[in-house]
Amino acid sequence: MLYRESGQFNTSYRADQRWFRLWQQRWVFATWMILAFVVVPLIGNDYWLNAILIPFLVLSLAGLGLNLLTGYAGQISLGSAAFMAIGAFATYNFQLRIEGMPLLISLFLGGLTAAGAGVVFGLPSLRIKGFYLLVSTLAAQFFVTWILTQCGWFSNYNASGVITAPPLVVLGQNISSPAGRYLLTLSVAFVLFWLARNIVHGELGRRWMAVRDMDTAAAVIGIPILQTKLLAFAISSFVLGIAGALWAFAYLGTVEPHGFDLSRSFQILFIIIIGGMGSILGSFLGAAFIVLLPILLSNLSATFLAGWVDPGQLENLQKIIFGALIIFFLIKEPQGLARLLEIVRQRARVWPLRF
Amino acid sequence: MFSFKKRAALIGVLALGMVATVQAANEQYFPLQSYRVGPYAAGGTGFFGGFIDYLQYVNLKEGGVNGVKFTWSECETEYVVEKGVECYERLKKGLNGAPAAATNPLSVGIAYATLERSAADKLPLITINHGRTDSTDGSVFPYVFPLQLNPYSEVSAIINYIGQQAGGLDKIKGKKIVTLYHGSPYGKETNPILELLAKKYGFELTLLEVPHPGNEQQSQWLNIRRIKPDWVILRGWGVMNPVALKTAQKTGFPADHIIGNIWSNSEEDAAPAGAAAKGFISITTHPSGTNFPVLQDIGNTVIKAGKGNLKDSKRFGTVYYNLGVVNGILNVEAVRVAQAKFGKRPLTGEEVRWGFENIRLDDVRLKQLGAYGLVQPLKLSCSDHEGGGAVRFQQWDGKKWQVVSDWVQADRKLLRPIIEESSHQYAKEKGITPRDCAKES
Amino acid sequence: MDFFLEVLTGGLLAGVMYSLVAIGFVLIYKASGVFNFAQGAMVLFAALTFVSLWEHGIPFWGAFVMTLLSMLALAWGVERVVLRPLVNRPPITLFMATLGLSYVIEGLAQLLWGSQVHGLELGISDEPLEVGGMLVSQFDLFAAGVAGVLVLILSLLFNKTRIGITLRAVADDQLAALAVGIRLERIWMIVWAVAGFVGLVAGLLWGARLGVQFSLSLVVLKALPVLIIGGFTSVGGAIVGGLIIGASEKLAEIYLGPLIGGGIENWFPYVLALLFLLVRPSGIFGERAIERV
Repeated sequence: MLYRESGQFNTSYRADQRWFRLWQQRWVFATWMILAFVVVPLIGNDYWLNAILIPFLVLSLAGLGLNLLTGYAGQISLGSAAFMAIGAFATYNFQLRIEGMPLLISLFLGGLTAAGAGVVFGLPSLRIKGFYLLVSTLAAQFFVTWILTQCGWFSNYNASGVITAPPLVVLGQNISSPAGRYLLTLSVAFVLFWLARNIVHGELGRRWMAVRDMDTAAAVIGIPILQTKLLAFAISSFVLGIAGALWAFAYLGTVEPHGFDLSRSFQILFIIIIGGMGSILGSFLGAAFIVLLPILLSNLSATFLAGWVDPGQLENLQKIIFGALIIFFLIKEPQGLARLLEIVRQRARVWPLRF
Repeated sequence: MFSFKKRAALIGVLALGMVATVQAANEQYFPLQSYRVGPYAAGGTGFFGGFIDYLQYVNLKEGGVNGVKFTWSECETEYVVEKGVECYERLKKGLNGAPAAATNPLSVGIAYATLERSAADKLPLITINHGRTDSTDGSVFPYVFPLQLNPYSEVSAIINYIGQQAGGLDKIKGKKIVTLYHGSPYGKETNPILELLAKKYGFELTLLEVPHPGNEQQSQWLNIRRIKPDWVILRGWGVMNPVALKTAQKTGFPADHIIGNIWSNSEEDAAPAGAAAKGFISITTHPSGTNFPVLQDIGNTVIKAGKGNLKDSKRFGTVYYNLGVVNGILNVEAVRVAQAKFGKRPLTGEEVRWGFENIRLDDVRLKQLGAYGLVQPLKLSCSDHEGGGAVRFQQWDGKKWQVVSDWVQADRKLLRPIIEESSHQYAKEKGITPRDCAKES
Repeated sequence: MDFFLEVLTGGLLAGVMYSLVAIGFVLIYKASGVFNFAQGAMVLFAALTFVSLWEHGIPFWGAFVMTLLSMLALAWGVERVVLRPLVNRPPITLFMATLGLSYVIEGLAQLLWGSQVHGLELGISDEPLEVGGMLVSQFDLFAAGVAGVLVLILSLLFNKTRIGITLRAVADDQLAALAVGIRLERIWMIVWAVAGFVGLVAGLLWGARLGVQFSLSLVVLKALPVLIIGGFTSVGGAIVGGLIIGASEKLAEIYLGPLIGGGIENWFPYVLALLFLLVRPSGIFGERAIERV
């Protein structure tokens, strides 16, 4: 009995439906927010901000995007990276071609462009399902990287097709410092997660889940399949697009089309498998896992195994560990880390009793 | 629960690492963003093997430079950009108090991603034989060094060689040249220059793209068979190279009229094609083989003592290995030059940068280093971060590479204005004021 | 016209190479309903094991048999560790498990045998043959022959042997097969082992073309559209699909490429497959799925 929930009654539907029904939840949430928005930028050093926290946030956003599509609406996709690429290149071009375009607005427009592309490549999902749908998303994956390399216009005729981020300015403030870029990413992620959470708990989210669980049945009870699936593709691509733009602008500062290749799509898929399909929190956990595990392993080995294990072998080992973990999660805990966390919470609630 | 435990452990490990940072040691540190697995592992193991062996050699033989020993640590990037960035951020601070001298990622993608970081952190970024062409202009890119050869010089030298073979550049008018390039930014980078040269010298140029990764090239080579070109320039990468050679044989195109570029020039590119590779010509900035005093010395002091970095000692003296050695020579030379100015102590990145800009390698100095013929004469300056721009040509005899030409110089005067135009555009986009190189000493 | 024919032949022969990889998929999908993304990794594993053994001085057939045994061991391990615990899970879960599996196998292959590039000479000359003014690659002809023999053996196995009949029973209806006393685990292991064998053959032929290296595992991406067009459940379909993809992508690269910019071979097969799907959602030879609520 680490904490008690008793004695908290809701007296209105509104109160019952609020985000955090319990004061404990509200406190935990507030603590995390203070940590993330205030403490981390103050104490974080270059390495933590640049190499761990920013990619973690961007990847969790990308995971969220795919989770909406695969975890909630049940449409599997291997083209996530393509939509990230569209977002990144569109944002770049909006910044470049329209004088005085505020960064946040071009981010939004970049997301919208990706959403448009998502709808186009999502159209076949009306007729084909399952594995066959993979083909459509793979077509998107290969076609998008090809066209971005092929047409010099997208990268402003840079000889090597690489785009570099212009100085980042939001509301007149230059935020090119690590802390500034971190705060930008965090704020965008916060807003999108908030939106996504409301969507999946709303009517659209229910429709997605109905389609996921059995689309024929969903159609029978009157859910418009066309609209529901396409909205899933659009919203998912929107989030992915913004994640891509942040990846290019806030994290690397530069990106080429091949930075968004198939292995990135796999990475995002792994985030949601490990983190938990159909779980908002899972996107965070999965991203944290996928960013931290390699760094942890290589740090551990550098500290304890220096000179014993060849760095190359270690990478192979890590690959095996990743693969094995994915299989492990699929077998033992298909709902991923999010579910494990939930179990821990349940245990803590009734502790020291078992049930 | 899983993630929390791991997280706690991670924080513990990192904290441990920070505490261990004790100011000490008269050492100069090289952060190595190496790659030993993944699709391009062959290049990484050779290059970093040679680089490490050379540093080891200087330590063993001379006790470092003026008593300052070298130290290094590796971080696996797998040739993946964000891993490279993570490694950069992790290693840039130095090791146990030994300051970092320069980063050598040997990856265009990682170089691009750490380009601005390098300038901000004042840490030289060495992209030997590759990298961003306009970073040759050191006034805009003070911390980036595409040593020896940038991509533009590369194609220019190839065309000059073709001219030599034809008996003069005026003779290549009307010849047909096909460029087969990897479908990536790297592959496309030199296309405008080739078009420019085609216009200038009047040869017919056809550009054919091979989609990544390049394991299927039937249609491209059938096209080549139809065009019947005099030369094919192969701008390949990884698996694309042996497949190109095999497919060339399959479509009856002679290998000795294919010229490989700087990433198509290693044993790992030619050998997997077996007999199809015999006669294949490629450019190189350094001959392979162990026939140089410095390599003999490394063989004796490092490899035979069992301190070599290569797992497979047969690769000693291969193209990638020697590139690593050359890279080591240049990095160490920069440290040496900088020490002459700033004092015999571990140097900061900024000081090493000065060293790079003042590298003067003439024949005398190269002979002292035991690298005459291995490294081209090199003179860097504030405005010129490339220095050489010359290549030699080598031919695959079925077992190993044989050098078949002397140094062939790129037409650098022609390329310079294009490079400057591009670098100035970059400066404008980024709001950089170029240095005034006349004021630099 | 000659040139057109030459491109067409080249494309058809290249298509056979894609089919070789696709056949491995079909086998596994037929018997266990698993869409095995790890087939590419198996090709890499087989080729790398074979070539490393061979380079250690073991004679050709010795290395071949030893590799085959290791593929058998792999099949056993996969059945035990991955398939058995995942019985009755949705196909998508199984697919993702094979994604994980491909990571494990790739890592394992490189951990064991290193990541160098190996050349592989099978002793088949690749000098082109001149047939009526057209160039035809000897090696590709050989590969086509091997594929033909492979299909023959497989169809004999499927149609004439007891194992084959049980395999078909499992493919038809797993529950009914269980009810008549067929041991699913054994069937799965056999199928994975046969797929391993196909992977080895594909690995040798592809390895001789590309050199044995990491990129071998990427051939799986060429096989996917082949499967879509041919259908997941038909070996013959895999061959036809391969031919269609091979020929059309080469023709497209030559005749369409100059119009829209070259290098379209990566995505063209997928777009083609997509168009096929819109017309015939289960491929040419695939079985039509019936949905019930």
